[in-house]
Amino acid sequence: MSNSELIATDPGWIILVKGLLVFATCVVLTLLAIWAERRIVARMQERPGPNRVGPLGLLQSLSDGVKLALKEDLIPAAADKIIFILAPIISATTCFMAFAVIPVTGQVSLFGHQTVMQMTDIPVGVLYVLAVASVGVYGIVLAGWSSGSTYPLLGGLRSSAQVISYEVAMGLSLVSVFIYSGSMSTSEIVAAQGQWWFAVVLFPSFVIYAISMVGETNRAPFDLAEAEGELVGGFHTEYSSLKFALFFLADYVNIVGVSALATTLFLGGYHAPPGLGFTENWLGGWFTAIWFFAKVAAFFFLFVWLRGTLPRMRYDQFMQFGWKVLIPVSLFWILVVATLRLLSQQGTSRTGLLIFSGIVVAIVMFVNVAFDNAKKKKKNTPRPTLSKPDFAVPELPNKGSDRV
Amino acid sequence: MPESVLFWIMGPLAVVAALGMLLVKKAVHSALLLAWVMITLAFFYIAQGALFLGIVQIVVYTGAVMMLFLFILMLVGVDASDSLTETIRGLRPIAITAAIGFGGLMVSLIGRASLGRESVGLDQANAAGNVEGLAYQLFSTYVFPFEVVSALLITAAMGAMVLAHHQREVPRSTQRDLSEQRFRSGSLATAAGLPGPGVFARHNAVDVPALLPDGTAAPASISETLRTRGDMIDSSQFQLDQVNTEVKEEK
Repeated sequence: MSNSELIATDPGWIILVKGLLVFATCVVLTLLAIWAERRIVARMQERPGPNRVGPLGLLQSLSDGVKLALKEDLIPAAADKIIFILAPIISATTCFMAFAVIPVTGQVSLFGHQTVMQMTDIPVGVLYVLAVASVGVYGIVLAGWSSGSTYPLLGGLRSSAQVISYEVAMGLSLVSVFIYSGSMSTSEIVAAQGQWWFAVVLFPSFVIYAISMVGETNRAPFDLAEAEGELVGGFHTEYSSLKFALFFLADYVNIVGVSALATTLFLGGYHAPPGLGFTENWLGGWFTAIWFFAKVAAFFFLFVWLRGTLPRMRYDQFMQFGWKVLIPVSLFWILVVATLRLLSQQGTSRTGLLIFSGIVVAIVMFVNVAFDNAKKKKKNTPRPTLSKPDFAVPELPNKGSDRV
Repeated sequence: MPESVLFWIMGPLAVVAALGMLLVKKAVHSALLLAWVMITLAFFYIAQGALFLGIVQIVVYTGAVMMLFLFILMLVGVDASDSLTETIRGLRPIAITAAIGFGGLMVSLIGRASLGRESVGLDQANAAGNVEGLAYQLFSTYVFPFEVVSALLITAAMGAMVLAHHQREVPRSTQRDLSEQRFRSGSLATAAGLPGPGVFARHNAVDVPALLPDGTAAPASISETLRTRGDMIDSSQFQLDQVNTEVKEEK
């Protein structure tokens, strides 16, 4: 039986249990993620990180959460009160919804009922995730606007521009997955990766998705919406207590969400890595969940690694990267994938495919050379000469150049 | 049965939101209510078997179009609201008449087409799957209108870009250019950038000038805009009472 047929036989209470499990898993994962992030970043910066509350500091985020909830809840006088309260609610509710279509295990028995750990399987599952994500941005944008102060407004504006731009790149990177799997349903995309993961077959798409998911979740090095050096706290500057906690929760659930989607689309979902397929039957099929969460954890580690390594980008560079690099590259890649798919469906011979690949490689090389030439030309254009300063300047070793 | 339950819950919500959109004063509230109406429409589409349309409605209209609307509206401050004065005389009665007329036309047309009749052909249309059926229609029967619409949209986007584009007379100065300019301007006073506003440890608002080491205010630390507007607070009131500027010789 396919996933959608299995899910269709679920009685109401099983759906309820699954919903509760999604919620509980996400909240626990958030607590663990905050702890893991602080510990890993600390490790990268050669300091111990939180290690006092509970074993290995595991309960640190729990105690922080309790502390946060007991803080005074402020609403600024200049704020638009209704929207100020509504914004964190929008953020924190939509972030959970994406998990409804993510298949976490293969066929398992839940309280004696044969099912898969996926709440619903709709034929446009991946688009549904994008739709929910785009509603979630409202939380950030409205929070920025309703605070009635400058820094949050700038944060909100940045965030809306950023998420719209990177959602285009993200959507385009998904198109080649749809073309290859012939479906937009998450379970069928997982099934289509039985032999080869799409991260291997569609490597450029995978890279584009991985970059745009960092932009989409407002994480370093793309965390311009809350850049503390420029905007204090960005959109959540005016938020305190539980409302701030809701944004915090939404932030981490979103990270887990995009990681789960990446796992589903590119890393074979709940399937074991190649060669370990026999493990999928362990624990009555529940072992697949361990593979799934291991892959999600790997993505999360990538997020933390990026944050620990890269400095924040400048806003204009970030937008240029999205519009002038990611989107054209993914459009070109879609053309290549679609043509290859069509050629192989029409039974073109191996030579035909080779010729086509040769042409593609030639185009890429040509564009690369042209770019290099343009760069060189720009570098060689004479810069406007400025008068020498009249204050003392130390002798430069390279006297030929007028550039300091 | 579930569909009618959904209808009777979401329908009134959609109508109330639509009316609210017309009646609320703040433009952002209005835009939000419109976004909510679009989401309820998406629910109805999904309930009636148009899964793809419903999801795309949220992605495109709520996620992109309304977000751009909000983007513009947000540039208007929190407490800005629409003025209710008529700029063109007689505009209001004309608008109301046209709206009622158009609404009546729509209700009567849709009513004649669907009231008291069972809708047929949905299963047939969705036989190969909703997405596949729609794709087949779009790329076979309606491929020409589809392409025409896309050409129209691209033309519109190009037009907007051409209208908004302006040729730079001098190339934009890069970070490096600006830095070189600062160092070669002849004075090192602003080489490290202008001083930030605020009095260290006493006040950090943008409209308070910074204090120089001798206790006098530094007007260069206030943004040009605020300075010309005259929005500058005297920083002397935040000064420490006794500033000892004498340098003591350490023994």
